[in-house]
This record gives sequence, C-alpha cells and structure tokens, in this order.
Amino acid sequence: MIKQLIPRMTEICGPDGVVSDPAELRTYECDGLTSHRVTPALAVLPRTAEQVAAVVRECAAAKVPFVARGSGTGLSGGALPHADGVLIVTSRMRRIIAIDTGSQRAIVEPGATNLSISDAARPFGYFYAPDPSSQVVCSVGGNVAENSGGAHCLKHGFTTHHVTGLELVTPAGELTWIGDGTGAAPGYDLLGVLTGSEGTLGIVTKVVVKLTRIPQLVKCLLAAFETTGAGGTAVSAIIGAGILPAAIEMMDALAIEAAEAAVACRYPEGAGAVLIVELDGPEADVLRDSAAVRALCEQVGATEIREADDPAERAAIWVGRRSAFAAVGRISPAYIVQDGVVPRTALGPVLDKIAELSAASGIKVANVFHAGDGNLHPLVLYDDSSPGATAAAETLSGAILDLCIEHGGSITGEHGVGVDKSKYLPKMFGADDLDTMQLLRCAFDPASLCNPGKVFPTPRLCGEVPGARRGPHPLVASGQLDQF
Amino acid sequence: MADDVLAALAAVCPASRPASSEDAVAGVTPRYAASPASVAEASAVLRVATDYDLTVVPRGSGSKLAWGAPPRRCDLVVDTLRLDQVLEHAAGDLVARVQAGVSMHRLAEVLGGVGQELALDPAPGLAAPAPGAPDGVTPDGVTPDGAAADGVTPDGVTPDGAAADAVAPDGAGPDGAAPDGPGGGNGGYPAGGTVGGTLATAAAGPRRLRYGTPRDLVIGVTVVRADGTVAHSGGKVVKNVAGYDLGKLFTGSFGTLGLIVEAAFRLHPRPATAAYVTIECADAAEAHRAVAAAAASVLAPSAIEVDRPARDQPITVAVLLEGEAAGVGERATLMCELLGAGAQAQASQPAWWGWPGSDPARPAGTLVRVAFWAAAMPRVLAVIDDAAQSAGLDPAVGGSAAAGVIYAAAAPSVHPAAIAAFVATLRAALARGEADARPASAAPSEYPPVLASAVVVHAPPAVQDQVDLWGPVPALPLMRAVKDQFDPGHRMAPGRFVGGI
Repeated sequence: MIKQLIPRMTEICGPDGVVSDPAELRTYECDGLTSHRVTPALAVLPRTAEQVAAVVRECAAAKVPFVARGSGTGLSGGALPHADGVLIVTSRMRRIIAIDTGSQRAIVEPGATNLSISDAARPFGYFYAPDPSSQVVCSVGGNVAENSGGAHCLKHGFTTHHVTGLELVTPAGELTWIGDGTGAAPGYDLLGVLTGSEGTLGIVTKVVVKLTRIPQLVKCLLAAFETTGAGGTAVSAIIGAGILPAAIEMMDALAIEAAEAAVACRYPEGAGAVLIVELDGPEADVLRDSAAVRALCEQVGATEIREADDPAERAAIWVGRRSAFAAVGRISPAYIVQDGVVPRTALGPVLDKIAELSAASGIKVANVFHAGDGNLHPLVLYDDSSPGATAAAETLSGAILDLCIEHGGSITGEHGVGVDKSKYLPKMFGADDLDTMQLLRCAFDPASLCNPGKVFPTPRLCGEVPGARRGPHPLVASGQLDQF
Repeated sequence: MADDVLAALAAVCPASRPASSEDAVAGVTPRYAASPASVAEASAVLRVATDYDLTVVPRGSGSKLAWGAPPRRCDLVVDTLRLDQVLEHAAGDLVARVQAGVSMHRLAEVLGGVGQELALDPAPGLAAPAPGAPDGVTPDGVTPDGAAADGVTPDGVTPDGAAADAVAPDGAGPDGAAPDGPGGGNGGYPAGGTVGGTLATAAAGPRRLRYGTPRDLVIGVTVVRADGTVAHSGGKVVKNVAGYDLGKLFTGSFGTLGLIVEAAFRLHPRPATAAYVTIECADAAEAHRAVAAAAASVLAPSAIEVDRPARDQPITVAVLLEGEAAGVGERATLMCELLGAGAQAQASQPAWWGWPGSDPARPAGTLVRVAFWAAAMPRVLAVIDDAAQSAGLDPAVGGSAAAGVIYAAAAPSVHPAAIAAFVATLRAALARGEADARPASAAPSEYPPVLASAVVVHAPPAVQDQVDLWGPVPALPLMRAVKDQFDPGHRMAPGRFVGGI
C-alpha cells in the first residue's frame, strides 16, 4: 500500500526527500520518549508548505495515516510514527522568514528551532519568550503542537499566548491561514484550538509569533533550604506578596546531587532544596522585588542566598537546573520524566506524599520542577535491567499523576498527552468532556488520518451517535473504513 | 403547543417565563426566557430546547447583546444571571473559578479584597490603582493634574473603595466591559457585564497590551452544548496541556457553540499605582513615533492608547504604567523624557480612556474595530481617513495602537448608507493590503494574505441591514465545520457570528 505512494512522494519531495530504507527509517522510530518505538512505513522531508500539502493530499486520497515530526524532542510520544503511515519531517523547513520589531512579530517555518527566533531577534532588543529546556534543538512547529512551556512561562506565558497566525495544511491537504498575525482576527479562536492539539488537527507550515522586549534588568537568586517543604513555603510567600517573577524553579537533594556530579554547579552543600528565582523588568522594580524575595526566603529559613545579575553569573546558577534531567541519567540506568501539575499552594503536601510513595516502594524520585506554576517533574529512577523494575516505576509514576488529579491539578503541564498519557486522560475528563473535544477532531479530520491514536483513548468515529458502543463500528466491520 | 414548551421549560427550570419585548435580542423578540440557577438546570433547559427545536440565544447582563449580528431567529433566551456564584477564589494560587452570571464588577470587588484582579480592564471605577493607594495618589515624579483634588481618587474610585457614580467617562472599553449598550444608554445592566458575556464576546480593553485578552486568562471552562451535554476543559491550574482547549474555542464565539456556565481564570496581583503619560501629537506619523517608542521601551507599559476626537484634531497618545508607587513614578519620568517635549504624567485616567464613544458627550452609534500589525498604524489611520472622507464621515478614532487595535466610532445620527459606504471602502483598502506592515521585498506567500481586518462591533439596526458586521474571515470553512459539529441543528445564536454562523 505505502510502497505505491513512493513514486508520487518522490515527485513531490525529490529523491533526497523520501526515506524508505528500513534502516534509515529507524532513525525516526521514537521522539524524546524513547520507551515507545514504532518505525514508520515511509518518511518524507518536504522543503515547502506546498510540498507538505501535496504529501497530505496523497495520504488522504490513499487513506494512509500521517504524523508530523519536528526535531523529535517531545516527551510524550506525540511524534511517534504510525507503522503503516507516512512521517512528515519538517526539519528542512527552518527559515526565519521575517523579524518585524515594529509590530513585535516574527514569521518562521515550523522546523526552525525555538532558540533561533530569539537569536534572530536579539540584535534588535527582542526575544521569543516561551523557552522549553530543549530550546536549542526543539522546533517551533513542535512547540505549537504541544503548547510548549518553559521556565519563564510563569510570567511570560506559554506558546499559545504568543502565536498570532498559523499557515496550516488541513488533514484534507488544503493550505490555509489561521489568523492574520494580529491576534485579533474575527472568527473562532482556531489558533487557540490548534496550539496544543498535539498534531492531531493538521500540520503547521508557517508560524507568526509575538516578540517580547528584552527586559531592562534580569536578576537571579539562588536560595538554599533544608527541605523542599520550606522551599514550597517560600514559593507561596513570594506569590502571596504580589510578586510575579519570570521563573521560580526548585530542585530537591537528589536532583542537586545529580547536577553536582554532572556539571559541578556548586549549589550550597547539604541543601535539602534549592530555589532559583529569576526576576525581570524595569530596573527599579526588579531591584525592589529581589530585595523582597530575599527577605521572604530568609524569613522562611533559607540557609544561603546568592544573587546574580550579569549573564555569566546567571548562567552559572542555571547550569545545574538546565542539566538536571540529563544529570539524573548519570546516576540511574533509567528514569521516567513525569509531568504533573498541582495548585501551587499544594506543593508542600504533594511533595511530602511523593516522598512517602518513594519510600514505600523503595524507588528513588528526584524532583526538578517549575515551582512557580505548580508544574512538577518528578524523575522516577529505576534499573531497567532488573526484572519488574520498569513496571514498578510506571506504577509509582502513575500514582504521582493520581496525586496531582486528587489535588485538582493536571496530568500534564507542558509535555503533552501523546501516546504516553492517553490512558490517564479519562481520569481528568469524563466521557462527555472527551466526546466534546472529539467534535473538534471530527471538524478538522473526519477521516482520522492526522496523527491518529494520540491524546484520546479509543475515540469514537466521527458521526457516531453518542451512547454505548458494542462491537466494531459497522463501517470498519464491513471493510469500508479503517480505524487507525 | 406554546404552553407545552413553557411547561417543559418550567418543569426543569422554575424561572422560565414567556418572553417580553424587553428580552429582544437586537430587535428579535424571543418566545421564552429561562434563567437556570444551576448547571444541571441549564443543561435541562437546552435539552428541552433540543426536544422542541428551539433556537437559543445566551444572555448575561445584556450589556453587549447589541454586539454581533442579530439572530436569524430566537425562540428562547437563556440568561445566566442566576448562575451568580464565585465558586472558588484560591488567592494563594492566583486562581478564581466563577459561574458565568457573576458580574465583572462583583468579581473585581471580591478579588480586590485581597489585592488581586482579573486583568481585563474591569468596570468603570474599578480600574487600578487599588483603593488605599499611598497618600496623595501621585507617585513621585508624576505631575499632578489636579484630578485628585475633588475627593475621588484618580481612577474614579471613592476612598472607601466603592465605585463612584457617574463614571461613564472612564469607560473601560469597547472591547472591555462596555458599560452599557450602544449609544451610551444605561439599561440597568450590572456594570461591566458578566463573566460569561465577557468571554463570549472576547471583550478586552487597553491593558490587553500587557495582560492579553480573555482567551489568555481563561484556564478552564464548563459549557453546555446545544443538545444539553455538559462539558469541561482545562482546569484550575495555570499550566495545563491535557486535552483540547475548549476555553479558547468558546471565548469570542458569541454563543454560537453553546452556553458558557462556568470559567476559571488566572489572576494577577493588582498594581498599587498607575500613571498615565500623555502627549499630544500633530499627526499620525508623530503619534506613531510616540507609540513605537513607548512600545519598544524597557519601561513595561501596560497600555498604549491613542485618541483623536475628529479628523482635524491632534492625536493624544497615552501610556499606562502600573506597579509599586516609587517604580511607577520613576518610569513615568523616564517615559516623559522618552516621548519628548510636551509629554506629561498624571495619576488620573484621561477622560477618553478606553474607546471612542465611551464619552457620553460623543456617543458612538456604530463602532468599527480595525485590527492590524502595529507597525502599520499611520497607514491604518490614513485608510480610515480616506474611507471616512469618501463616505462623508468624520468618526472619532482611537484605541490600543501598540496592540494593533484601533476603533472608529460614528455618531448615532450618521446615515446608515454613509456607514455602509465607509465600511465597504475601508475593507476594500484593507483587502488590497494598504494597511499591511509587510516589506515590499516579501514574497506574498510568506505572509498571511491580509494583515488587517475591520469588524463592526455594534451598529444601529438600520446599519446592520446594510453591512456584514464581520466582513471577510480567514479559514471560514473550518469554522463552519466546527459549528456543524457542535451545533448541527444551527440552533445556537444562529446568524450572530462570522459568515452567518
């Protein structure tokens, strides 16, 4: 079936734009979530929006599923290929088309890296605010799909707050613009719908984003505490004082130990937790707020506080945080990166409970997280060569998500649902909620060919009447329709 | 038959009644009105509407009911005013969860009690700074203009925190909490409209520059679909990417997809002080230089507004700076220096703040909103002026220039045909790219096809008859597909929205 598409795909993308060799295809078998692996039947590397549209039209005509992939750094398997489908890789579409500082906008292709926008805008005094940890390599198209966050989203917002226009290839292969770049185009907010839809509603081929003025002053504080509980209290005190830092990050003792071993970040010795608080804005405000943050941290028992305001000193503070995930990889043969959210006032009790779960199961958990917005990243450490360890780690990881839901939080703050968490989605949303979301899928992709099998657990086919479903869909049973 | 319907409605929602002319939506009088007191009642009401094939228009306080096109048909008005509970205010989390019928005014009071706000340019009289701002309310370095001398703090808030009466001139916006219906007549609406109406109309005022619009602050929503199905999306945490974002979809949907019954919002600390730096500019080019300089500054403006009451008058640019008193004072001084000779800082809101037409002395009958890329501001003003002149109009012009939103307001007395000509000429010029901020060298396919739009926010019925209020819309086929899925019978606010949706 797929083989028949190769000549046409080669016409569209050129001989060097089609990958059909099984060994080469294995390059694309997973994204950043390596526990799920599927080799695609075919991969294409288009260079233009028109080529993407033509590829999708071929897929739609042949009823072949397709999946878009940017840099492959996603952590929920959102870009996991379909075994019988085409993988559309945007890595050759990476131009920065325009930097318009007068309108505070940039137009970029989806394969451009997140950081490349800021690099292009910096000489003019601007940057692109959402900053996922993978920003050096992750693609803007992937950021749009996942509504990516980052440490500085506490103040500056997520991808969805910065996208004002998208050129979209619909699942039928039509090329259309969503929004006009103003952020105030009439009509339904399809930008808000598409951003964070995890590649299930179409493929983005151009992105208009807002640029943000580089602040007058950036100041970073590193505060050490005896316990994560004390650190959590400091977070509440800062937010409660009406201060809105650009970022508030926390690491616990195990994460600090790992970072120290990996990059010698020289965080205060023996700390049970460190808090990184970054403030940005007009100079007078930043200076006043940083003094207030320092005082609040001292009040709740900070054992040491360091401050930095030049880029090199700030980078020295951030290096431990930025390297934390990789560093944990050096102290454990395998680990699961969890991504849950709780109301920030619940941080203390939730961290205590995670510690209890860890102790009870004998599985170590390192905590590195965006404390300011309650976005936890517990790293569940295990030895994948030990029988049963993987399952036990997954059980603990799932229990942490249950904990987040119990506290009124979310199963994912920024990594997405993908294939990894679709089974947890019904714990957050009821059948009516999921069916309602599914209406959007039916509006954009009635044939369910665009990144099928992601986000939603066993979605109904479009047009099916709500209610109990018994047996396969009649169209599937009769062979008229494949359900991917 | 009619009695059957009313009986069915009353059986599930006791506050159901035959509608009167007072329930008319843009001139269309419904047959029934229902005021559900719970989400379950709202769901049941929409199930009855489904059973009897009734068309439904959701209504909050009615303050923006004149926005959008008139419904093609309206059998039932569902008003949300009995859904009036602030369900949760988690102050430590800077999150609030409220029912749709809560007024923006009341929400502002609740949140203001602990120094927080939903940063959507609240009702007149509730704008920052907070009551109890430091003595003198004049930040250091800010030139007092005497406005504080009348015993009311500059933002129109009386010292005890209650909203001052007769604050219409401070109107927060067209886009924000228009105090009343068009034309400035007060129909007894709760000030600032309701939370649900603010979401449904995507209303936002000057501070959109810093805080965004309702879609940027809503973090969770509960809606009732046309068939009565109750659905949730998002939640009550500020960071959450689980599932599709129905909150953004329903924001600005004008009731055409269903009824918004609850919403959760991200809140902000309420700034202690505000300063307005104003400068009078001779023409559009000069005004644009001031706007661009303020926008490109590191002084973190919360709003940058322009106002020109008539074509032959100067343009006033006003920059809002918010924060703690000392910092605001210092920034106001720096902003004055940046904008140059003639710039002055004041603690009070300019009388025209918000939108042309909010001043009862010059009410707007028709309000047109032009959205554009900010760099094109002088061209946008030129296009508006050309279109107005050719139609024989002289609208008041003003709005959130740095955020790429400018309004043109025509008086109620203007002849409908002149307004229709104005809008048509304006849209034709926009379609030709005359107000695009696009370098001549740019390949056409690299940018969205048109970088601006003109929407008629509200207009008298005679104008509505002659003008498509929404104009051309990108991706309309996808929007129709969404509508068809959510409301296959096209019973929710039919005809109110873009493309006749």
